[in-house]
Amino acid sequence: MSTDAPLRPATEAELSEAIAEAAGDGARLAIRGGASKRDVGRPEAGVRSLDMRAFTGVVDYDPPELVLTVRAATALAEVQALVAAKGQMLAFEPFDHGPIYGRPPGAATIGGIVAAAVGGSQRLAYGGPRDHLLGLRAVSGRGELFVSGAKVVKNVTGYDLPKLLAGSWGRLAAITELTLKVLPAPRVSATRVLHGLSAQAAVEAMAAAMGSAAEVAAAAHLPGEVSVTAFRIQGFAGSVKARCELLASRVAPWGRLQDADDSATAIWHALRTLTPLPQNLPLWRVNVRPGAGASVVGALERYGAQWLLDWAGGLVWAAVDADPEMVRSVARSAGGHAQLLRAPSEMRAQVPYHQPPELAVAELEARVRRAFDPAGVFETGRF
Amino acid sequence: MTLSMPAPDEAVLARRGAIIAAMRAIVPGEGVIDHPDALRAYESDGLTAYRQPPMVVVLPETTAEVAAILAWCHENRVKVVPRGSGTSLSGGALPLADGVLLGMSKFNQVLEVDYADRLAVVQPGVTNLAVTRAVEDRGFYYAPDPSSQIACSIGGNVAENSGGVHCLKYGLTTNNVLGAEIVLISGEVVRVGGRQLDPAGLDLLGVVVGSEGLLGVVTEVTVRILPRPEAARALLLGFPTVEGAGQCVADVIAAGVIPAGMEMMDRAAIHAAEAFVHAGYPLDVEALLIIELDGVEAECAELLGEIQPIAAANGAVSMRISRDEAERLAFWAGRKAAFPAVGRLAPDYYCMDGTIPRRRLPEVLERMRTLSDAYGLAVANVFHAGDGNLHPLILYDANRPGELERAEAFGADILRLCVEVGGVLTGEHGVGVEKRDLMPVMFSEIDLAHQQRVKCAFDPHLLLNPGKVFPTLHRCAELGRMHVHGGKTAFPELPRF
Repeated sequence: MSTDAPLRPATEAELSEAIAEAAGDGARLAIRGGASKRDVGRPEAGVRSLDMRAFTGVVDYDPPELVLTVRAATALAEVQALVAAKGQMLAFEPFDHGPIYGRPPGAATIGGIVAAAVGGSQRLAYGGPRDHLLGLRAVSGRGELFVSGAKVVKNVTGYDLPKLLAGSWGRLAAITELTLKVLPAPRVSATRVLHGLSAQAAVEAMAAAMGSAAEVAAAAHLPGEVSVTAFRIQGFAGSVKARCELLASRVAPWGRLQDADDSATAIWHALRTLTPLPQNLPLWRVNVRPGAGASVVGALERYGAQWLLDWAGGLVWAAVDADPEMVRSVARSAGGHAQLLRAPSEMRAQVPYHQPPELAVAELEARVRRAFDPAGVFETGRF
Repeated sequence: MTLSMPAPDEAVLARRGAIIAAMRAIVPGEGVIDHPDALRAYESDGLTAYRQPPMVVVLPETTAEVAAILAWCHENRVKVVPRGSGTSLSGGALPLADGVLLGMSKFNQVLEVDYADRLAVVQPGVTNLAVTRAVEDRGFYYAPDPSSQIACSIGGNVAENSGGVHCLKYGLTTNNVLGAEIVLISGEVVRVGGRQLDPAGLDLLGVVVGSEGLLGVVTEVTVRILPRPEAARALLLGFPTVEGAGQCVADVIAAGVIPAGMEMMDRAAIHAAEAFVHAGYPLDVEALLIIELDGVEAECAELLGEIQPIAAANGAVSMRISRDEAERLAFWAGRKAAFPAVGRLAPDYYCMDGTIPRRRLPEVLERMRTLSDAYGLAVANVFHAGDGNLHPLILYDANRPGELERAEAFGADILRLCVEVGGVLTGEHGVGVEKRDLMPVMFSEIDLAHQQRVKCAFDPHLLLNPGKVFPTLHRCAELGRMHVHGGKTAFPELPRF
């Protein structure tokens, strides 16, 4: 952990100065917002905390323009309340890491959500944070403030650096302000379920649903004594009703689609918090093509994995105490990759969060990181 | 030509014979084109005001050939300009006199369609529309639909992050691509993204899309395909004022409706389109709005019910709802023919592509009228109203001395205006050579340096498509050392090309 007192810049100028000085001194800075993801990655040593929590507040929000500009350390909960009050939403359904480490939700900042690029169940239909990040201001590892992207919903001027920063986990720059695309919140949201399907049957049913005109916003499968395969359909009331009927006919080969509006909160909450999975096992987040979801859980079950499927099968949450190389080879053979989300610190010291890429990609990534951060001031060893 | 390209390197031109021989050793037969008459076919793209025959054209057929070409050019410091179908409106594929033009047209196969995973793997030379053609019999389509979709290639779409009239609801190319195989200038073949949704590390695919051929050459693309909506209905609304039409768009979105498309035309564009295709547009209005809804029948019906009172409240003086598919297409016929229709009004037209915050539209159009008077050039406007993407069409006659330059100056003023009101230089056409020198209007030297260092990470000798996007191409070694203080560079700016 950090030896020195945290840096607490109050302005972009102070932030630039702090980063430039640290880079010049060969120091390492760990960017900190809400710290909801502090248990991700290799435990850090000899780093100084760069506390971003002074960068809060809404800069500009014009609901009919579908654009929200907000400072990076603004609490996610505050952002969601703000847009909800105007009948809008962050369509990628931000994923709050707090609960999976047994902490209360709400500590995450919007900047942390973007830096980790984590979307929830609706990411399937609406895209992830990367798809909704329009622009940003940030200070790179060179200690320089730069802007990229813009504050309008359609823009191709210059390289799309926001895409690179989304999911970079603070390794390129410290984001101070970001502009997100917001969308109207649905007036009605319905949850419909099929009961008792195997993982393979559920993946097939979800593929049929996603390939239909029912415009399914989220599709997930929770195993159990009687498994639940859940679909979320939302929008205007008449349309939702019609699409639920359409969905029922499309998934009829897999069973009778049932109204589950009463248990909707519990189902989607389970996928947000992963409470059905044991807390004491390492937790993996496996990204694969949706059709491979069932074979991945089949392979991991042999090692005692407990799991949930989201994104129509494309996201496998697996709690399993197994050889990390085995988990990663299962993911790789399904054309995807596995991220180690939760594990004891001794394990995280050995096993990286990201699945290591092929050499040429790893080298390219390293060159891109050096482009933003030549001194490695953000290379804390966490990733 | 008012924009200058990098001066050809005489030493490279002197090696032309050897370079052509090297290309022939990699790509046999007719895949290497060096006859001056044949080279002329490649001298420009959709930005026809700029022409430059390339040194040689190479048309590879395999990723291995692309890799060999790039590796050779890298080793021998020869510039490469990638080209898809050559429909760029910003000069993204403008050749260089001392460069190899790498044409990707032979990569024209749809390699795989996976309906269960809702994706298609295609080669970059496949046209945008051909992707939809390949999957439509199973009820699927590829959502981004740039107006050139019959001709433009997926590789070009990836390079330019192309949009279309439906991108407010369905996104740009970047939101519809899952993965790509790219060849770096070093000849290394890398895969970015994949078939899953989240990348394994940095989102390299995200920065490759829209990089205008400066980072790598795409040799395979995995795109998302979507189920075709059951139905589509369109409203045709006429307004006595631009303000009324603009407010209608804002109110529709504020009501929670994201239509599949929302297109606006101003009086000049309405009249030109009506005279050309007789779409039945009202002629006594200042602004015409086409709003398209898609989804299940019930959705279209419900949203029509939401929108009609909003249109009436904002003073719509004419309102028609498409009763059948033929009428819906008729509503669109005028809009889709707007460019050629406006093209009939003058020998030449120049299509601009800025985005603005929608709420500033009346003010921007008013100031555009003042500029139009000052430059003595007429302008017609079509507008992707949902996402604020404005396409002013400036009318001019290239045969009149100085008029092209005047049209370009007018266009540059319009783009400066877009940035001034909080918008951007380009919404979907790309920077290319066209808007290259305007980049400092939107970005500081520091901003651009951060972009260009990414270029250096991919292409350290700046061999891929130089002269595009960046107004000043700093050598990578310079850029790595460059520290900027208080908005001023510590190093004097290198001479521009």
